[in-house]
Amino acid sequence: MEFQFENFSSFLAMNGHGPYVWAAYGVALLVLVALVAVPVLRQKKLRQEFDRQLRQEEARRRTAKQREVQQEPVTPA
Amino acid sequence: MSWQWFHRLGSPRWFYQKTSVWLPWLGTASLLLLAVGIAWGLGFAPEDFKQGNSYRIIYIHVPAAFLALAGYYIMAICGAIGLIWKMKLSFVVMRAAAPIGAALTFIALFTGAVWGKPTWGTYWVWDARITSMLILFFLYLGVMALSGAFAREQSGDKASALLALVGTVNIPIIYKSVDWWFTLHQPATLKLTEASTIDPSMFYPLITMIAGFYLFYAWVLTLHTRSLILQREWRTQWVRELLGQSAPAAKV
Amino acid sequence: MRVEPFDRANPDLSKRDSGSVKSVPPRVPGFYTLLRTEFTLAVRRRSDIVNPLLFFVTVLAMMPLGIGPEPEMLARMAAGLIWVMALLATLLSQESLFRGDYEDGSLEQLALQPQPLYFPVLAKVVVHWLVTGMPLALLSPLLGMMLNLGEAGYWPLFVSLALGTASLSLIGAVGAALTVALRRPGLLLALIIMPLYVPVLIFGTGAVQAALDGYGYGPQMAILGAILAAAAALAPLAAAGAIRISLEN
Repeated sequence: MEFQFENFSSFLAMNGHGPYVWAAYGVALLVLVALVAVPVLRQKKLRQEFDRQLRQEEARRRTAKQREVQQEPVTPA
Repeated sequence: MSWQWFHRLGSPRWFYQKTSVWLPWLGTASLLLLAVGIAWGLGFAPEDFKQGNSYRIIYIHVPAAFLALAGYYIMAICGAIGLIWKMKLSFVVMRAAAPIGAALTFIALFTGAVWGKPTWGTYWVWDARITSMLILFFLYLGVMALSGAFAREQSGDKASALLALVGTVNIPIIYKSVDWWFTLHQPATLKLTEASTIDPSMFYPLITMIAGFYLFYAWVLTLHTRSLILQREWRTQWVRELLGQSAPAAKV
Repeated sequence: MRVEPFDRANPDLSKRDSGSVKSVPPRVPGFYTLLRTEFTLAVRRRSDIVNPLLFFVTVLAMMPLGIGPEPEMLARMAAGLIWVMALLATLLSQESLFRGDYEDGSLEQLALQPQPLYFPVLAKVVVHWLVTGMPLALLSPLLGMMLNLGEAGYWPLFVSLALGTASLSLIGAVGAALTVALRRPGLLLALIIMPLYVPVLIFGTGAVQAALDGYGYGPQMAILGAILAAAAALAPLAAAGAIRISLEN
């Protein structure tokens, strides 16, 4: 088994069939990459959304606590 | 009971946790096989004496076409399991399989068309196999459109599962009828390559690519299923725990 | 006092005796009764019968305007054009197959009856075929003549359309049942059902073409009949399942 082409440019040209071969491989690989990227990106977005909600909850809890602290001097009076 | 594993398999949580161990292995193996197969097929397999170098498209065309058809059956079987055993996970896999199958069908169609130009002199021929592939593409699109059309997710699950099953019954009939239709209309000038024996030096890279595509399919199907599970089980305790412990924001 | 529910099995109000209802278990309408009810309902909605036919004729009249009036060209395309248009006319008329019953709740009542949904669905489909497929088939030789179809093709065109539209109605019923709960199912219905129509279309036009070329068209008819038999056995089952799914929505 050996490399079938003399140099890189003949590998790209593929005896005149280069455009077809490379277009087919290029588009196919693009679609395959997209197949991997779609769920990964979706997962990432979900995680970001989750973090955002978590921070919101945290912030809400903190302001609630602060309000409690502020209200404390008022209640005994 | 011995059925325990079956029910455990139906739990999205169990699936999610188990697959996070397999996932890297599956991904590495499939990418490795695909890389080897592509390099082998593009650079090292000998040139075809009749079609020249354009035949190298076979190394993606055939595996994609294989999995496009197998993917429909996988999707339909998952739908059937979901309908019969009311298994939540099964529907999620079915939903995940639809766009993957459609993408692979598209690859098969596109590479077939590009291959057709240097071989037959035209991009599109209404050849039996191309036409069947096109119809398969439409079947995939139909399942995807139906599953997205319902406001209630469970209805979309069941409806598209049923459609996938009806499609499965029909696929052999469609293939046979298109085959028959083509032999009837085949123009005399058009000589398509017969299924011929293929030299081992060309066959081994093809086998490598087919194996690589199968692993890739399993990998991507798992990835899609996992992301859909997260989307669906968003409000459950286990997802909150899972995301909470790994998210940096939660530790603050 | 008991309020008697609307009895689909016996739509004729004058003949109903309310006295027997108490003791008799819920009455399951026979297939013939179902057919008669559906047929009466279908005949009352006249536009549902006429519109698909008008669509069929109008679009076919557009064809020579688009393609050109050369008789040879039209003759070559006639069978295919008529078949594709019959496909579309059946499909478009199918959208309303279960719609009315779904909206007024009688589909739910049907699903609750102690009999499989198979027979009510089959009755609906048979009536749908009687009011759309059959008239289409009857009209087809006339349109064949207008499109310059060879005389040898008239009879096979009629028979293949009569057999084929029955299969189309059956297969389309599955799609209609799947999409009945959706607000605007029109294009989606076409998208999911069209690919399943392929074999019928191929053998239907194949029969006409074979007759025009001077060959026998028995095998194609036999296959169309086989498809019809399989569809009659399986499609109502699938449609019944689809109705139950749609009712859950």
